[in-house]
Amino acid sequence: MNRRHPGLNLGEAHDSANDDAEKEVFGFWVFMMSDAILFGLLFATYVVLQGNLNGGPGPAELFEMPSVLIQTVLLLTSSLTAGLAQLAMKHELGTRRIVLWLLISLGLGLAFLTMEMRDFLTMTSKGGVPQASGFLSAFFALVPLHGLHVAATCLWLLALLGQIARYGTDDATKTAMLRLGILWHFLDVVWIGIFTIVYVGGLA
Amino acid sequence: MSDILLGRLDASALPWHELAIAKTGLEVISGIVGLTAALLAVLGALLVAAALTWWRLWGPLWRDWLTSLDHKKIGIMYVVLAFVMLARAVSEAGVMRLQQALGLGGGGIVTPDHFGQLFSTHGTIMIFFVAMPFITGLINYVMPLQIGARDVSFPLLNSVSLGLTAAGAALMMVSLVLQPFSTGGWSGYPPFTEAAFNPGAGPDYWIWAVTLSSLGSTLTGINFTVTLYKERCEGMHLMRMPMFCWTSLCTAILMIFAMPPLTVATGLLALDRYLGFHIFTNDGGGNMMMFANLFWLFGHPEVYILILPAFGVWNEVFSTFSGKGLFGYRALVMATMCIAILSFTVWVHHFFTMGQSADLNAIFGIATMAIGIPTGVKIYDWMLTMYKGRVRISVPMVYGIGFLFLFVLGGTTGVILANPSIDYQVHNTLFLVAHFHNMVIPGTLFGMIAGYTLWFPKAFGFRLNDRWGYRAAGLWIAGFLLAFFPLYILGLMGMPRRMVAYFEGAWLPWTLIALTGGALIGLALLCLAVQLTVSLRDRAALAVPVGDPWDGRSLEWALPAPVPAWNFPVLPVVEGRDSFMELKKNGDHLDRPRDGFADILLPRPSMVGPVIGAAGLVAGFALTWHIWWLTVLTLAVIVGAMVARGFVRDTEYTVPAAEVEARWNAWRALADASPRIRRRDEQRPANRGHAFPAAQEGEA
Repeated sequence: MNRRHPGLNLGEAHDSANDDAEKEVFGFWVFMMSDAILFGLLFATYVVLQGNLNGGPGPAELFEMPSVLIQTVLLLTSSLTAGLAQLAMKHELGTRRIVLWLLISLGLGLAFLTMEMRDFLTMTSKGGVPQASGFLSAFFALVPLHGLHVAATCLWLLALLGQIARYGTDDATKTAMLRLGILWHFLDVVWIGIFTIVYVGGLA
Repeated sequence: MSDILLGRLDASALPWHELAIAKTGLEVISGIVGLTAALLAVLGALLVAAALTWWRLWGPLWRDWLTSLDHKKIGIMYVVLAFVMLARAVSEAGVMRLQQALGLGGGGIVTPDHFGQLFSTHGTIMIFFVAMPFITGLINYVMPLQIGARDVSFPLLNSVSLGLTAAGAALMMVSLVLQPFSTGGWSGYPPFTEAAFNPGAGPDYWIWAVTLSSLGSTLTGINFTVTLYKERCEGMHLMRMPMFCWTSLCTAILMIFAMPPLTVATGLLALDRYLGFHIFTNDGGGNMMMFANLFWLFGHPEVYILILPAFGVWNEVFSTFSGKGLFGYRALVMATMCIAILSFTVWVHHFFTMGQSADLNAIFGIATMAIGIPTGVKIYDWMLTMYKGRVRISVPMVYGIGFLFLFVLGGTTGVILANPSIDYQVHNTLFLVAHFHNMVIPGTLFGMIAGYTLWFPKAFGFRLNDRWGYRAAGLWIAGFLLAFFPLYILGLMGMPRRMVAYFEGAWLPWTLIALTGGALIGLALLCLAVQLTVSLRDRAALAVPVGDPWDGRSLEWALPAPVPAWNFPVLPVVEGRDSFMELKKNGDHLDRPRDGFADILLPRPSMVGPVIGAAGLVAGFALTWHIWWLTVLTLAVIVGAMVARGFVRDTEYTVPAAEVEARWNAWRALADASPRIRRRDEQRPANRGHAFPAAQEGEA
């Protein structure tokens, strides 16, 4: 039975590491499924509540498309660089290359978070606070949760860099990188949902 | 008003506060009831602590149990937790029964507010801290053994799940001492639980206790699913798994998909309460129907999360004690999967009366009735499993037969309730209360107690006393009948649920009968306690060290009792269903491994689980009482523990092959020295766990 995980070279004599990678990555996909339910329900809540402006400001007053577009580009690019880190790992281009791509991904993630925070502050200065309406409550339940996920992933990435500094790219850091990659791309997919449903949908 | 150090925690939270401000006689009695409960909780905790200190058990408790990553020990701890919480929740049910028996014309023993806390804690505890830990514990213990695995896929995650669940349960216990708890029922519906109507700590206790449990269960679901897909031994195809594993798989998948809606519901309610959001509020553009949808999107699959593992136990019970393989294995697998999928299509039947269109109600009503079909398939399969078998009326079988009759009745009332036009008449009455108790007590709870009786000898090496077991089973069944069938009648007579007092004299006889039933259930619980004590005393006579006391069919019975930490000396290879029974028919036990013994790697104990659990408990407490510094601190501890764990590389220890071999040889010698027991001697001291296959008794 072939239990090798695609995309990861752990060497021929690494049966147990392969088995571990197999179940850890599979388990992480399952975890992503439950996280997808979480976001799916928050999207549903947003769609139900988005019309309830309660006399407060609406999407047209609050959303700034240029900024959101830049955030989208930052996040999607970070997915590319995170993918390049994985490729560097697969093709054994050396730890330095992997770390470099990871650091670039981290930088892009942090830039995204900074832009997003700035947007939230602009929104609140225009009266777009979560307490103002059902629409804004649902917005602030959904979008910052994605941001929180990105922030937590950045923290995880830092911890992983620490592990690489301590142990190099051993089996554990390699499978951790696979899982981190899954989460990173997953958060991109969620963001595309936010971009489409919340921002484009809100302004359409 | 908020104190920096203690948040909004002040003297009014102390358990004698209700008594101190009491003005009427009822308030005094109610205050005494509350204070007694708090004292019992504190006394219980102190007694356990004193016992641990006296017998110097703190060290072993920490080293061998709390930090252990062994799925068997984690399973046992879950079941212990379930029993402790069961004792509390049954006591609360007793107080409520007494109140409703005395409540004619007002009065009784508790105030309306206190009564509200009672039904809220009772429901919350029974679902999240009795039923959930019990099923999780049994699956944890049994499932890896049945599929021929060393452990679950993620042993540390397993320990974290236990920590989070125990933290939620502990928070419930804390709320008994530092009051009050929510009065919003186990489903915690807003807007009643919103800050506008319930500014106190009550709903916050509920939110965080439930959230902790929900997170723990999500992680458990992931763990079990991966284990069942990835850890099966060679030859254990999906369609060869024991039915208990199939029901575990369906339950685990339901947990993955059904727990997140609960987390979302409680999380959004917390945003409303803590930050003034308007998700579920009446004003500001909120919509409480969202809560009902989210909650029951969890809540309905949840009842199948609870019942499916019990169905799994029933499969094992009926086939083991009929000396026959299961009838209609394939049909049972299909039925289980059908139930799992249909469980997501019926949630609206929990709120037929909330004003959606009749067509929508009809669709959900039909979907609800449809679940009766696969469940009916199961009932027939179990009856046909017994048909022409050599049925032994053991203790689990008594529960099982009670279950068959009562569960069919409960299912029938479920089909009645699934009809929206009838539901309109009995919605929110005791008819509903009778219905769901009729499902969860004979279904889940009897199933869990039957499973506990069935697998106890496997876990501890001795059987449970049969005489006290029969007494408990009889009392459970009689107590259930008397306590809940009157509620059907009361419901049809129009008595609403959750009612502290009433002025309708015709209800009184039925509430009195229900009280009698409650007393019998209390006695049943007492019998279970006596049974455990007596069995512990007579453990030498009840010992079944060879490990197969019931002539079992699946792999767990092929191992010594108690099972060694490594489960299997070498991972088994199976060639069919009922693998151990096949082995027994041909020869005896799992043979000496052909290629000899090898070193075994096992997960090292870790303190991460208990640390995250303890931090989760304190975080829940701090959030409940608005103690912000403590919240931040404990969340930092949780994150820190996770990051630190990432740096640990030395996570396993080796059991040398020589030790495994020595244990195996000793066990084998013991088995050879023990007589093979026929089923008629099953309940005698001669039963050392070495079974003569019932299937061959006729031939020999």
